[in-house]
Amino acid sequence: MANRSKVVELEHVVIRFAGDSGDGMQLTGNLFSDSTALAGNDFATFPDYPGEIRPPQGTVSGVSGFQVHFGHKPVHTTGDLCDVLVAMNPASIKANMRWLKPGTTIIFDVDSMNDKALEKAGYTTDPTQDDTLSQYKVVKAPITSMTLEALKDFGWDRKAMLKSKNMFALGIVMYLFNRDITMLNAYFNNKFKNKPDVIKANQTVVAAGYSYADTMEIFANTYRIEPANLAKGKYRDITGNVATAWGLMAAAERSGRQIFCGSYPITPATDILAELVKYKNLKVKAFQAEDEIAGICSSLGASFAGCLAVTTTSGPGLSLKSEALGLAVMTELPLVVVDVQRGGPSTGLPTKSEQSDLMQALYGRNGDAPLIVLAARSSADCFYSAYEAAKLAMEHMTPVILLTEGALGNGSEILRIPRVADLPAIVPPIAKDNEPGYQPYKRDEEKLSRMWAIPGTEGLRHRISGLEKANGSGNLSLDPKNHQLMTELREEKVQRVANFIPEQEIVGDPNADLLVVSWGGTYGVVLSVVEKMLEEGKSVAHAHFRHIMPLPKNTAKVLSGHKKILVCENNNGQFVNYLREKMPDFKYEQYNKIQGLPFLTAELENKFNDLLK
Amino acid sequence: MENTNLNNQVVNLTKEDFVCDQIVKWCPGCGDHAILKVLQDVFPQLGKRKEDICVVSGIGCSSRFPHYMNTYGFHSIHGRACAIATGVKLANPNLSVWIVSGDGDCTAIGGNHFIHAVRRNMDMNLLLFNNRIYGMTKGQFSPCTFRGTVTKTSPQGTYEDPFNVGELVIGAGGKFFARGVDVNTKELTDICLRAKNHDGMSVIEVLQNCMIFSNGVHENITGKDVRDDMQVKCEHGKPLIFGKERNKGLRLNGNKLEVVTIGENGITEKDILVHDEKEENTGIHMMLAHMMPPAFPVAIGVIRNVEAPTYDDCLTDVIERESAKSNIKTVDDLLNSGTTWDIK
Ligand SMILES: Cc1ncc(C[n+]2csc(CCOP(=O)(O)OP(=O)(O)O)c2C)c(N)n1
Ligand code: SF4
Ligand SMILES: [Mg+2]
Repeated sequence: MANRSKVVELEHVVIRFAGDSGDGMQLTGNLFSDSTALAGNDFATFPDYPGEIRPPQGTVSGVSGFQVHFGHKPVHTTGDLCDVLVAMNPASIKANMRWLKPGTTIIFDVDSMNDKALEKAGYTTDPTQDDTLSQYKVVKAPITSMTLEALKDFGWDRKAMLKSKNMFALGIVMYLFNRDITMLNAYFNNKFKNKPDVIKANQTVVAAGYSYADTMEIFANTYRIEPANLAKGKYRDITGNVATAWGLMAAAERSGRQIFCGSYPITPATDILAELVKYKNLKVKAFQAEDEIAGICSSLGASFAGCLAVTTTSGPGLSLKSEALGLAVMTELPLVVVDVQRGGPSTGLPTKSEQSDLMQALYGRNGDAPLIVLAARSSADCFYSAYEAAKLAMEHMTPVILLTEGALGNGSEILRIPRVADLPAIVPPIAKDNEPGYQPYKRDEEKLSRMWAIPGTEGLRHRISGLEKANGSGNLSLDPKNHQLMTELREEKVQRVANFIPEQEIVGDPNADLLVVSWGGTYGVVLSVVEKMLEEGKSVAHAHFRHIMPLPKNTAKVLSGHKKILVCENNNGQFVNYLREKMPDFKYEQYNKIQGLPFLTAELENKFNDLLK
Repeated sequence: MENTNLNNQVVNLTKEDFVCDQIVKWCPGCGDHAILKVLQDVFPQLGKRKEDICVVSGIGCSSRFPHYMNTYGFHSIHGRACAIATGVKLANPNLSVWIVSGDGDCTAIGGNHFIHAVRRNMDMNLLLFNNRIYGMTKGQFSPCTFRGTVTKTSPQGTYEDPFNVGELVIGAGGKFFARGVDVNTKELTDICLRAKNHDGMSVIEVLQNCMIFSNGVHENITGKDVRDDMQVKCEHGKPLIFGKERNKGLRLNGNKLEVVTIGENGITEKDILVHDEKEENTGIHMMLAHMMPPAFPVAIGVIRNVEAPTYDDCLTDVIERESAKSNIKTVDDLLNSGTTWDIK
């Protein structure tokens, strides 16, 4: 179908599909992002589910959203303020006012408007009639009635027909972005294999939405986003939690170890466990334990027995795992703990993202109990971070905490599909049968790691425990000097990991007036702002930390030579205080947002510009 | 006993193979010494290489055990032995996994892991050393301490009822429960071998004497003068007869057990309940486990021993089934499955 309107080129667009929980907005969003993939754009998505399982219909708390950020330039975030909002009912407008900006196009199902719907949404007057929406372009489309009209010959009941109204909205959006609606056919054919009438209905309604937008000329112009300049290769869309699971599985395969994951469900980390349990076909051993303590303990037992051992959780669960993490430090066994952070303390904001478990990850154990801490920077990066966490854990014989965040875990990004064989080799220090001179706590000279002598190995029977052991022999030891030595060795072992990780990168001039520092999931938004300001010729640079403990070797150098250093994070200043402790020669400013919401590009830009004044 | 090593050569193992060079640090006279000897006798009979046996414990006097057994061993943290052992077993189902735990370790701080390991029917063997006290921390009451006992933390006597380990295990869905006495080493050895032969979680409660903090707590069961009258040996298919004169027995009267004397009131051996450890229904096993002096003798031996699928076998089966039928054989296959697209 040809598009007759005037076409405007855009760099990138944020579109949010919002409707009642039953309106199929997640599917609509996913289909749109599939077509975005085929159009060759870079993109990232974020589902915004209601907090309750069955929230009251038609209310603000029942609104389900799906956001797609796509562009011609690299897309670093799932987007903040939206260019287009599809709102299937009044509550969807109310729920998303925070994400609108002057000029946002709101495509609204005007048929959903009635007194009851207004009341449920908490409006006293019709927002499309008063000046509530005066800053936005509101397109009032009769989505419900047109859907019924399009399907009138199908002989279906009203309820069945209304299931397709999301497809009418999708048709309108496909028109707005000059997408070919036949791209959707493959999906329909696959999804509704044995239901030709359902395939036909979906195609009919999408087409009706498309031609409605066209013939009624509801938009002054439409948009095109040129394909992104992506590296050649095969791509897929992946959420952070799935990427984490797959990264760990890739590490298991590459290292020749079986993977074992003992976990207990907790939002927003559950999906990693739910993903791992699917792959019995790949010999993944995933075990839903009776609590978080059993999760980590079973994993540590599996680690002793030779598995790549993993436990996945969120903040409150990490608290429960503290004692066993100490045991992992003491027994010097490999273990990956994934903490998908959420708002805390305590139960906090379970469905909202935060970066506030950093101190807990670094220090939340009794005794001097150092371990490696990594932080994933984006949904797709969860794959590589998880892989690296597993590699470091096994090669250095130590627990590793990988911090991700709710927004990364649930959000998705495109991933250029790697080949497992092209990933860095993983060579755990596994002791052979009758290994000559084996001692449980004899250390590798370079890494200070001990050997992994797995039960079953001939001639290497030994006992490990949480009690202090003599260096070398591993016999229980209360010798004062030995305890000091072992404490220092455990610390030094983790510090030496700095010799095996990449140097810290810096984007922009290494001597820029303002160095912006971030870690974890704030990577994308900070980078987008810095890139924009660099284009404007501003003196800013960006250092984003994936390796937190130990810090990369050149960290002091990266922090040197700036007039100001600003540390941005979604907590009350944890990384900045860590830097104050580890890198005390510098003065740090901090910018903290602790609202369960991501940074907005605009607020960061203001802050950065203020500091440059 | 013959075992095979890695090259399938037959090796004969003896007790000495399992003795460690570590100095055993339990108090002289502690019941733990006797249990150590028992397991050093049992392990050569497991039919496993030394390398394929793993002993896991928590924290407590009893939990020092792995250090004294020359196998692979993991002395972990308080209460978590069952959880750690679960991971060991699932990682390598070929290992013979033995858990050693105390009454505090297993039924207080580790109660949750204990009941769930039992419920799942992990193929592991657990010896619960029940001295009815926290030994290692010097004498506080445990969940197995009798009501009214004066301890360091109950100067006026406790005012809570104890767990009965057998009832706890059977109530949690346990398939194998046995009870033994620390110093009755021959009997305990037999029980351990029965546990080894049982596929699934086997729990053995060992009435263990702590010389220092609960000395004599089992005396009314194990004392020379009383033991014949206060212990009834459970042997599958045999009547539950006991007593110095072997003239007492257990009879089912309505829905209750009662102690009767053979030869009195017309009671003959035929009236005595015959022990059936294989009975699925938990009722009589519960009643047997529940018995306590002075009204009843304590049931010793294998009280319950029923078959059921083990968790570890089930996991292995699902893995084999799924890997046989799936087209996705590698992580590369997985990465390339579903919706993908090419950028040229
Ligand atoms: C987390 C934790 N809490 C408390 C303790 C202290 N503690 C060590 S052993 C023990 C009780 C041991 O009693 P039991 O399990 O019956 O073993 P026994 O010493 O009697 O053999 C306690 C409370 C500990 N080590 N760790
Ligand atoms: S304190 Fe009691 S249980 Fe502990 S070693 Fe001494 S006698 Fe045995
Ligand atoms: Mg005890």
